[in-house]
Amino acid sequence: MSQDPNSGGTRGDRGDEGGRIPPPVPTGAGDYSGEDRPAPAGGGSVSDKVEELLAAGATPAEATAQAAKATGESKDVVREIVETMVPAAGSAADPRLLQRQSGVGGYWNEFMRRVKGGELGSLPVIVALAIIWIVFWRLNSTFLSAQNLSNLSQQIVGTGMIALGVVFVLLLGEIDLSVGSVSGLAAAVFAVTSVNHGVNQWLALILALATGTATGFVHGFFFARIGVPAFVVTLAGNLAWNGLMLKVLGATGTVNLPNNGIVSKLYTTIYGQQAAGYGAAAIAVVLYALVALYGRLRRQRAGVPAQPIGEIAARVILLAIVAFGVAYVFNQYKGLPLAPLIFLIFIVVGDFILRRTVYGRRIFAVGGSIEAARRAGISVPFIRITVFMICGLMSAVGGMFLAGQIESASQTSGSGNLLMNAIAAAVIGGTSLFGGRGKTWSALLGALVIGSIQSGMNIQGLANSIQFMVTGAVLLAAVVIDSVARRTQKASGRV
Amino acid sequence: MPDTTSQPVLELRGVSKRFGAVQALTGVDLAVHAGEVVALVGDNGAGKSTLVKAIAGVNQPDEGDIVWEGTPVGIKGPHDAQKLGIATVYQDLALADNLDVVGNLFLGSEIRRAGILDEIAMEGRSRELLQTLSIRIPSVRIPVASLSGGQRQTVAIARSLIGDPKVVLLDEPTAALGVEQTAQVLDLVERLRDRNLGVILISHNMVDVMAVADTVAVLRLGRNNGFFDGHHTNEQEIISAITGATDNAVTRRAARHPEGQE
Repeated sequence: MSQDPNSGGTRGDRGDEGGRIPPPVPTGAGDYSGEDRPAPAGGGSVSDKVEELLAAGATPAEATAQAAKATGESKDVVREIVETMVPAAGSAADPRLLQRQSGVGGYWNEFMRRVKGGELGSLPVIVALAIIWIVFWRLNSTFLSAQNLSNLSQQIVGTGMIALGVVFVLLLGEIDLSVGSVSGLAAAVFAVTSVNHGVNQWLALILALATGTATGFVHGFFFARIGVPAFVVTLAGNLAWNGLMLKVLGATGTVNLPNNGIVSKLYTTIYGQQAAGYGAAAIAVVLYALVALYGRLRRQRAGVPAQPIGEIAARVILLAIVAFGVAYVFNQYKGLPLAPLIFLIFIVVGDFILRRTVYGRRIFAVGGSIEAARRAGISVPFIRITVFMICGLMSAVGGMFLAGQIESASQTSGSGNLLMNAIAAAVIGGTSLFGGRGKTWSALLGALVIGSIQSGMNIQGLANSIQFMVTGAVLLAAVVIDSVARRTQKASGRV
Repeated sequence: MPDTTSQPVLELRGVSKRFGAVQALTGVDLAVHAGEVVALVGDNGAGKSTLVKAIAGVNQPDEGDIVWEGTPVGIKGPHDAQKLGIATVYQDLALADNLDVVGNLFLGSEIRRAGILDEIAMEGRSRELLQTLSIRIPSVRIPVASLSGGQRQTVAIARSLIGDPKVVLLDEPTAALGVEQTAQVLDLVERLRDRNLGVILISHNMVDVMAVADTVAVLRLGRNNGFFDGHHTNEQEIISAITGATDNAVTRRAARHPEGQE
């Protein structure tokens, strides 16, 4: 290994084969020089012991445990000592790496560096949402009333569910242009089987969702196995599934859903009790906090870096403010509506699948580099086909919500600008069109932006023409931000 | 020094491969022992890539045996090679830029805990692995895209070690690297040898080859053109073998009459 050019200010080399001398390591930004390291309380014998153990080839975690046992010192103290001797992060930290300074200032600096590097994440959409809400609130204060926000939260669910499926497809760097038609087809299948043929509602629901999944399989098969571009397959699907929907609906054209049916109940069910809203918020916050703390505990035990407790606390508090704020707003009107609650559960489950399962990891891998995925033994066609199936399924779920909203399935189901809104929502929410980067939360944020524009414009009594133009402009802005961010990321060496 | 008298981990005997009218390999032999670095050198078109592909399971040889720890094996695909314990690092590293170092290291062989990704175990093992190889990486949690060329190369090599292979094939690992990064990769190659792995190193860079190779195997026009002891040879000798400067009437005559040599 090379000589460390700057051993005074860095964590230094791990020492060469021979005498493994612990390198001088600064405890902070302070100016101290090599020899007279201020040993932590009772450090003398402990650090000798640790040194001995490390020289014997023990891993840091083992050294910590054994030294603690041998000297009777508390593990935390020993760990501190070990950390000064063993450089962090996969051994010898790169001297050029920017370390986050401690404290709030450190977070702020890192945040600014990320923004400059093009890692915008959800920042643009949150800013956009704030601007949209402030503008409409200034124009008409009823926009931010509990009633309107509550309605808004329900209106976005149909589009948002479809957008959630689109996020998965976008992660592969592909697109699905059939989601509108598929949602309409699923609604028609449900309505016709349950209302016209008297099939059990739950069975009809499963049938409708299966129809959506099957359409996704067809798209995925032609894309992944035959090699037809996804754009073309799904465009063809868009037309074909729309035709099939008209065929299913038959001559009457419109099937009304009973307002006590399961799909209609998605919108009519509102938990009026104050406790429902706050309870849901409390469950979310407590679960988050428990998961975060448990993860931190396991990381500490395994000797890998863990989130500082302050950061966890800050996140929990932020989540609590948002969750209880939303619950408060809902409770000001009628209470906790069912539809957005289901939407949130879908988003959390989707997020879990993407970030915590092997399957999700492989979706990202295929989106990032097909060749890398293939060489790692991942079946790329399997991932592609199943992702299109997920998208089809989510389109069908969205179709159920949209049908429940108007309590009918008609020839116009899934038509109009639904397709564009769903894709726009995913992109506006921050999922990259170029694949490999995105979150399920994009679907929520993007759907909120589009829903807010529509809702605000309706309150203002503006015509559809202007709504379309504004939504189009916002979509363009989102794609521009995505493209520029990608370019900046390339310039600063990220993706 | 590796014990070259023992049984090789991987041995190729008389491997031939034909692509249409081109005889890419003719009766090629090659042996790798545990803890040995074999440099495979040769000009463009000498058959290095074909040979590597045969070992990695991408192509199957038409004739000849691949012998793994003394038993002839059929390597039908990359999976078979991986299962035997042959890891290949191709020249284009094929890392997923959007995933972090841990994600890339364990891609395709993720550690699970109750069906869920065990990020903590993977991160712990990544750090351990990188530490034992003395690989310098800013953090195991940054996307691979932000690493330098040399770091990406070391990550790719480290990645090949996740499945505990016995033989590592490195295809031109230093081709695109600077002086410092090349030295780091060569260090890494030596560390692989110290871990008692067999290493097949393909390189055009004679300095690199001389620096780390225990054995230099030269291919020329799809045939073996000499094996050299890496510690007792010189660049001149190898370059002659690569370019065929030794392949003329005089040497051919000498080969026919070994007793008349020198």
